[in-house]
Amino acid sequence: MSNLTDLTVAEIRDGFRAGDFSAREVAQAFNANVAAAKALNAFIVETPERALEAADAADRAKAAGEAPKPLSGVPIGMKDLFCTEGVQTTAASHMLEGFTPTYESTVSKKLWDAGAGMLGKLNLDQFAMGSSNETSYFGNVISPWRRGSGDNAALAPGGSSGGSSAAISARLCPAATGTDTGGSIRQPAAFTGISGIKPTYGRCSRWGIVAFASSLDQAGPMARTVRDNAILLETMSGFDPKDSTSLDLAVPQWEANLSSDLRGKKVGIPKEYRPDGLNAEISAMWDRGIEWLKDAGAEVVEVSLPHTKYALPTYYIIAPAEASSNLARYDGVRYGQRDLPDGAGLQDMYAATRAAGFGPEVKRRIMIGTYVLSAGFYDAYYTQAQKVRALISRDFDLAFEKCDLLLTPTAPSASFALGEKQADPLAMYLNDVFTVPASLAGLPAMAVPGGLDAQGLPLGLQIIGKALDEQTVLNAGLAIEERAGFTARPDKWW
Amino acid sequence: MGADGSGGAMSIDLQTVKKIASLSRISVTDAEAEAMVPELNNILGWVEQLGEVDVTGVEPMTAVIPNHLRLRDDAVTDGNVRDKVLANAPQAEHGFFAVPKVIE
Repeated sequence: MSNLTDLTVAEIRDGFRAGDFSAREVAQAFNANVAAAKALNAFIVETPERALEAADAADRAKAAGEAPKPLSGVPIGMKDLFCTEGVQTTAASHMLEGFTPTYESTVSKKLWDAGAGMLGKLNLDQFAMGSSNETSYFGNVISPWRRGSGDNAALAPGGSSGGSSAAISARLCPAATGTDTGGSIRQPAAFTGISGIKPTYGRCSRWGIVAFASSLDQAGPMARTVRDNAILLETMSGFDPKDSTSLDLAVPQWEANLSSDLRGKKVGIPKEYRPDGLNAEISAMWDRGIEWLKDAGAEVVEVSLPHTKYALPTYYIIAPAEASSNLARYDGVRYGQRDLPDGAGLQDMYAATRAAGFGPEVKRRIMIGTYVLSAGFYDAYYTQAQKVRALISRDFDLAFEKCDLLLTPTAPSASFALGEKQADPLAMYLNDVFTVPASLAGLPAMAVPGGLDAQGLPLGLQIIGKALDEQTVLNAGLAIEERAGFTARPDKWW
Repeated sequence: MGADGSGGAMSIDLQTVKKIASLSRISVTDAEAEAMVPELNNILGWVEQLGEVDVTGVEPMTAVIPNHLRLRDDAVTDGNVRDKVLANAPQAEHGFFAVPKVIE
């Protein structure tokens, strides 16, 4: 039983049902790994008692002869952006330090109702703003991966779901929730050699998730296999009247319909994603990915997404604009921190509270958003960005007239050292160049491991699908997974 | 794309940064505001490139996935949770949120 923490979600689920091990044994094994991995700083709050509570409930139900729930016996990590009743929820900010929700987010509630247990609340970039997990008030998450050169530099686990990616690749949890606004599930998955899917905008309820940019935010699962992602996404998805953008559609049986046979499918390769100067190893991995999909029976066609170069600047107007509006709620009155200087009035209290409660990147984005929405600038920046966003979305519509899915790299590089890109916000933003366009168009997109670079660090491939066609995305992910044979894992140093 | 219609690149100065900070309700020191001038100029200079895109006849996107806004019965679906609402307030008194005196 020493290797329970190497099992996938599917293996835990099935092994529990078959009586190979108890749910308590699984929870204890993961709790022990979590407790022994403080050096990674992947968790803000550990909740071993919650994991055991769910496990014991699963064991009792099994002993009583009850039918198992979809995730009975499976413990998971919860990104600390999901409100969890009775457990501190911070969005990795000082602003929400000590905030203990009196309600449960829809997505986390669905997971607990399905029998999953909570190992803890996972660290992230503050308010999900960042690509390296260096903006958390509770400290950086350290990737479990190190360069093969032996320099032992602390590497970024990606962001914003960096606690999730680090914890899964280090076997602290078999799966976790993530959220993705511009790549926050896919880029950290790529950096740590795991898989993750952002479903179509509206599949997962946003209710109870700390808001960043509401027209972009989507929850999704992260795990080591495509099948595990399908299992979790089925539980996380579904209509929720409490989210006005929730799609009132039945949840497909993604797991049961998994198939890596891609005969009859056309894969589009967007030429704009291969700019001059693209990292040679990324380019070579992409070529291998194309061959794998051909091997699975797919036909490959070149497509054009002409507005690709405008996606990042569009995103960095729309996302900060929405953030400046969403984060206006942190006023020191209803929840979170309050900073009240001596003799201060209400306006002074707002300004002092927000100065003390937000980190530098959050302030930067709120201020950019405030500027682009301010009188006299709104049309030139925000309206223009929403028009370009429409063009970016139309690019995808036109491309999907010629193909069923797109294959691209997930990120322009492998993981980098912590601190390496901190000094220049713009250099950090460029990390999201391949993930942001699908976010702007609300499309399902998935990262799967494609191999290791010369330094021994994981690289990811991204599959982008048509709206609501998560099945094709997952199927192509499975075809890659079967052919990539990615078994690398970080050597334990923590 | 100058937002003022000038066609040249916009440039933000210290006064503008302080004004944005004030609109954002974030207090900044002079040193912080000065550090933000080049940062914000870099980012805003970079997003200026959107001005070169021809958007003639393009409607601004309002919904990324077509969806209907639903109507529901005009009925109370929530409420009677005052204590829960106030549970995380920095200062709550007599069943209300409490704030410093407002004297204009």
